[in-house]
Amino acid sequence: MNLLTKRNSYFLLVALVTAFFYSRDASITTSVYATGTAFALPLALAAMVGIMCERTGIVNIGIEGTMLMSAFVAFFVAYITQNILIGLAAAIATGSLMGFLLALMAVSWRMDQIIAGTILNILATGLTSFLYVQGKTIPSVFSAFEVPLLSKIPFFGPVLFIHGALTFLGLAIILALYVAIYHTSWGLRSRAVGEHPSSADTAGVSVVRLRYINVTIAGAIGAIAGAYLSLELVGSFERGFVAGKGFTALALMIFGRWNPLGALAAALFFGLAQAYANQLMIDQVVNIPSQFTSILPYVMTIVVLAISAGKVRAPAAEGQPYEKGQS
Amino acid sequence: MSTLLEVTGLTKRYPGVVANDNISLTVNAGEVVALLGENGAGKSTLLKAVFGLIKPDSGEIKISGTPIIFGDTAGIISRGVGMVHQHFQLVPVMTVAENIILGDEPKRGIFINQKSAHDEIVALSKRYGLEVDPNAVIEDLPVGMQQRVEILKALRKDVKLLILDEPTAVLTPQEIDELLQVIRNLAKSGVGIVLITHKLHEVMEVADRVVVLRGGKLVGTTSPKETDEAGLAQMMVGRSVVLQVNRTEAKRGAVVLEVKGLQVCDDRKIMSVKGVDFSLYKGEILGIAGVEGNGQRELVEAICGMRHREAGEVLINGVATKDLHPHAVHEAGISHIPEDREKHGLVSNYSIADNLVLNQFDQAPFAQGWVRNIAEINKNAISLVEKFDIRTPSAFNTAGSLSGGNKQKVVVARELSEELPVLVAAQPTRGVDVGSIEFIHNQLISARDGGAAVLLVSAELDEILSLSDRIAVMSDGKIVAVVESKDADRNYIGRLMAGLDK
Repeated sequence: MNLLTKRNSYFLLVALVTAFFYSRDASITTSVYATGTAFALPLALAAMVGIMCERTGIVNIGIEGTMLMSAFVAFFVAYITQNILIGLAAAIATGSLMGFLLALMAVSWRMDQIIAGTILNILATGLTSFLYVQGKTIPSVFSAFEVPLLSKIPFFGPVLFIHGALTFLGLAIILALYVAIYHTSWGLRSRAVGEHPSSADTAGVSVVRLRYINVTIAGAIGAIAGAYLSLELVGSFERGFVAGKGFTALALMIFGRWNPLGALAAALFFGLAQAYANQLMIDQVVNIPSQFTSILPYVMTIVVLAISAGKVRAPAAEGQPYEKGQS
Repeated sequence: MSTLLEVTGLTKRYPGVVANDNISLTVNAGEVVALLGENGAGKSTLLKAVFGLIKPDSGEIKISGTPIIFGDTAGIISRGVGMVHQHFQLVPVMTVAENIILGDEPKRGIFINQKSAHDEIVALSKRYGLEVDPNAVIEDLPVGMQQRVEILKALRKDVKLLILDEPTAVLTPQEIDELLQVIRNLAKSGVGIVLITHKLHEVMEVADRVVVLRGGKLVGTTSPKETDEAGLAQMMVGRSVVLQVNRTEAKRGAVVLEVKGLQVCDDRKIMSVKGVDFSLYKGEILGIAGVEGNGQRELVEAICGMRHREAGEVLINGVATKDLHPHAVHEAGISHIPEDREKHGLVSNYSIADNLVLNQFDQAPFAQGWVRNIAEINKNAISLVEKFDIRTPSAFNTAGSLSGGNKQKVVVARELSEELPVLVAAQPTRGVDVGSIEFIHNQLISARDGGAAVLLVSAELDEILSLSDRIAVMSDGKIVAVVESKDADRNYIGRLMAGLDK
């Protein structure tokens, strides 16, 4: 085993930088990292949507729209019913429906998948802007709670174990997806469908059915990412609320090489960069317009992507409609 | 003897063609049925229908007496039908084990049981004498090994009926012998086998019964006892086929292509062409014989500018050609029929017409400046489709929609229509039916007679022997001997190929 792999050296670098800041100011560093985790979660979850779809060969650029629609439905259903759990359930139903719609267009109608995803995005922007009503509030949010014992660990406790319920749900989904993709027959079949669908078909795996199932479930995961924004992180809804996170997630998915843990690591890195940028602004360490500090996470991501990308290989059948008997 | 497969009155139409026209066929347990036919005769369509992959327009397919349901591939597999597809149905980035268990994975709880999958594959490969490494990744394996995986995949579930669609097209002679032995053993143990192949001697060797398709119709049933190879060829093509090429003495001219001290690495960066020198003269065919994998592919690719030359040079009429620049090499005067038509010969999504001008699309008369001359391109396509007997409803269908042999004819038609001084033909008749082989052979001879210098690389020794004026034998990356074809002795060349005589 070579311990000093490229990947390990990244982790080491991040750990050293973290240790350095922690030794300078423990409480601020801890709070920056906790914020970073909170920023990272919706990105990581959105990347899971991309992974689930692309692993079976469907390109989903409608993640942004799925999240926007779900964040909207979550918030307004929670407002109308005065119950955030019902809001969450409604969001999941909405997300699944949007996933199903994408599957219908991409799998059954064999539409160009970029167009199909764009339709979802336009649909969501249009509907949410039209139906949006200003000044509504919800009774509560999924507020942070401390996991007993674990949250008492210095640094890691506050960073990872003091969050709202949706954060923990999200992390559980990511871990479960990782295990499922690499260790269950569902995962094996999904990957086969995304790489070489006719192999799966001739082995008796229904390509169409699996693509429908995965894209629909992915929609539900996207809904949780959206609901997290409106019901946990922010607690409100505005027009254009998702602000490109669905697209950033696609970059993180590639950065993480279509591996759920890889994408999670990429999202954490990006979230942290964002939290640092915010902190720079608050501290006014550098006296520059806030627009420039907000660029920081994107610039860092580009730099890291450029340095580390190397050879990434997307699922081979990505974006291609499948027709039986054509090999 | 029980009937395993019963096809009655099967008809399948595609736009412009009847792929299967009222076909009836039975296969019994323990019997090897060879299915013969030209490219596009409807063999693959028939088999895909049996496997539930395409829906017939009419007719019935029964397996062990019960009709099959379209689309129910899993059900058909579970009833004991296994198929080795012409295009391997393997996921390149996955391991051997993952490919074999796909669709019916051994489980422990909700997880795949990796250990029992591994054990099962080891046991399976022992049982049939087909050795594989379960942990190897498919894309790293040579085609012969991939073929084995494909067969094991088909055999895994107590197969009663095994369908093999051109399984020997990409195998070396040794691998073919092994495969034929496996087929015999399976038949002995009661498995019914349907074998599709273009190699008539294989049919003569293993088949109990031969069924011939032509133009979508079943034209006859015979057995190796009642006929010979020429008879089979005649049934397939509908006219008598000359299996022996008629060839006049070469009128050898000046040296056109010169290869000097060429060294080339393969994909794994291992030196596989270890210093090759030869000269190719105007008006001759130089055949390169050799067991596949002895550097022929790398040699051809290096000559054509598709692979980096580590050392040495390639000269045309005394002028050195550019390394790693296929376009410049082509400009210098080499046309190339590549070994892998899918990868290097065709753009599947383009029309046949566009594929036929890929080498000249930017030159007159097919282009005037920046503008393509569609009328000329179409005229060219229609005349080449006719001349080369490319079986297609129209020249404007995509190249990907053609059957294997017809794709090959498109490549050959394109490369020969340009009439450059050098023609490099790598495996020009691979996966092509006998009628088309005869045709392609005659085209190569007439290119030679027209003054081209032809370099022919083939894994089929018979092809080399019947076409070449001189034969260079390649073994372990070197040319070990060059003989005049009139002095060539089959056994001697075979021994050279095997690396026995130096």
